[in-house]
Amino acid sequence: MRRWLLPALVLVALAGAWQVAASTGALAHLLRLESFLVPSPAEIASSLWENRGLLVDNAWVTLREVLLGLLCALAAGLGFAVLLHLSETLRRATYPLLVASQAIPILVVAPILVVWFGYGIGPKLAIVALICFFPIAVNTLDGLRSVDPEAVKMMRTLDASRRQVLWRVEAPTSLPYVFSGTRIAAAVALIGAVFAEWAGSDSGLGHLILQDNAQLETARVFAAVVVLATIAIVLFGLLAIAERRVVTWR
Amino acid sequence: MTAEANGFAIAEASPAVHDSPGVAVSVHDLGHRYGELQTIERLDLEVPAHGVLGLVGPSGCGKSTLLEMIAGLREPAAGEVAVGDARDPRGRLARTALMPQRDMLLPWLAAIDNAALALRNRGARRRPARHEARRLFERFGLAGFELARPAELSGGMRQRVAFLRTLLSGKPVLALDEPFASLDAITRAEMQGWLAAALGADPRTVVLVSHDVEEALYLSDRVAVLSARPGRVIEELSAPAPRAADRDAAVTDRAFVAVRERAMHALRGKVTA
Repeated sequence: MRRWLLPALVLVALAGAWQVAASTGALAHLLRLESFLVPSPAEIASSLWENRGLLVDNAWVTLREVLLGLLCALAAGLGFAVLLHLSETLRRATYPLLVASQAIPILVVAPILVVWFGYGIGPKLAIVALICFFPIAVNTLDGLRSVDPEAVKMMRTLDASRRQVLWRVEAPTSLPYVFSGTRIAAAVALIGAVFAEWAGSDSGLGHLILQDNAQLETARVFAAVVVLATIAIVLFGLLAIAERRVVTWR
Repeated sequence: MTAEANGFAIAEASPAVHDSPGVAVSVHDLGHRYGELQTIERLDLEVPAHGVLGLVGPSGCGKSTLLEMIAGLREPAAGEVAVGDARDPRGRLARTALMPQRDMLLPWLAAIDNAALALRNRGARRRPARHEARRLFERFGLAGFELARPAELSGGMRQRVAFLRTLLSGKPVLALDEPFASLDAITRAEMQGWLAAALGADPRTVVLVSHDVEEALYLSDRVAVLSARPGRVIEELSAPAPRAADRDAAVTDRAFVAVRERAMHALRGKVTA
């Protein structure tokens, strides 16, 4: 609880300053805009409350994309990392390609997937999974390779098969790294979901933000952003709890 | 300090776990290279069944590599290694358990699960494996610490668990790589007494590497002094009182001191040659 106090105070201070600047019209005057385009925290809060039904419904759509995308990325990322760990040849063949693939911006890939597969959840899942795959795969692979060779030697003289070495030593050793990768993936998953919705969607927070922005419903845009940020924090927090439960030896 | 005096009470052994005749190790004309560098050259060693051979030598003379070759983890560039009647790496691996320098206890497993690893690898379920390991825990003064994680144990206790893990593998040959190097002098002396008693209760064929000449001479039947790179046996000495019950008396005994001096002399002589 202590840990949340200081950041919360900073947040309150910032919000306070913003509120003052917005309600005196100083902010709008500075930006030379109409005042309704520069909402104050109070206006954002009231928009949050008024539109809570709409926001929750769309949040759920986006959350589904994020969670399912993350799960797919986990399955694929872990599997891929194990394969590359077991086969030196495969690793040398595919690792550089994997790194290069990250250079392709999602902004380019997302619309193409929408053209191919339409507005359903499919292409959005694919985009989220694509974004999350890399940090999970790379971190897991690093974790697998961080195993102490002395431990493997010891296990071999204790009659361990390759599978047992993987399961008993390499997998547990790489767990902290897997969590690391998943944390990064969770952060970018949200951005990925929003981009995917921008590319083609009729629901979700990203879609809502795009629509509201075009219609100058600025307060609700900010409200949606607040909801997105909350989802991110909760996801992170859940992952941290899960890590503490699973990785009990660090 | 006897085994009992330092608190590591070791229960009287019932018919020894290894009534078997034991397995001998022989190394013949061994040679090994690390790139261009010749690390071992024309090395010959014999360890009789249930015998303990100590290896001492300067750093980098290939002692650890030699242990790995005995354990079947590595093949020599030249020469032959035989463990019992097995000359092939798989056969040697099946007969030898290696205790590496660092205890290598898996931090996510309880002490007893670490010790029982070999049993689990062979397909035993957790409960029966723990049951068998528990007997040894009691016998070797670790009762009560079965469920402790390695991080909660002292250095000496971790080495003991690592040794029990090696013992529980049931292999007839044990390759111990500087098992007590990471311990302070007092704990090391206690552990030597403990190991001596353990081997007394459950004899195996042991090849022990140590940087401490006194330790090697106390624990082994014979000690081979290796030269600096390229490693070769310069001298082989008979230990006067292998694994004597009273360690302190044994290592201060005149005969012991004399042999130790000879070993040190051999070590020093070849290092500067």
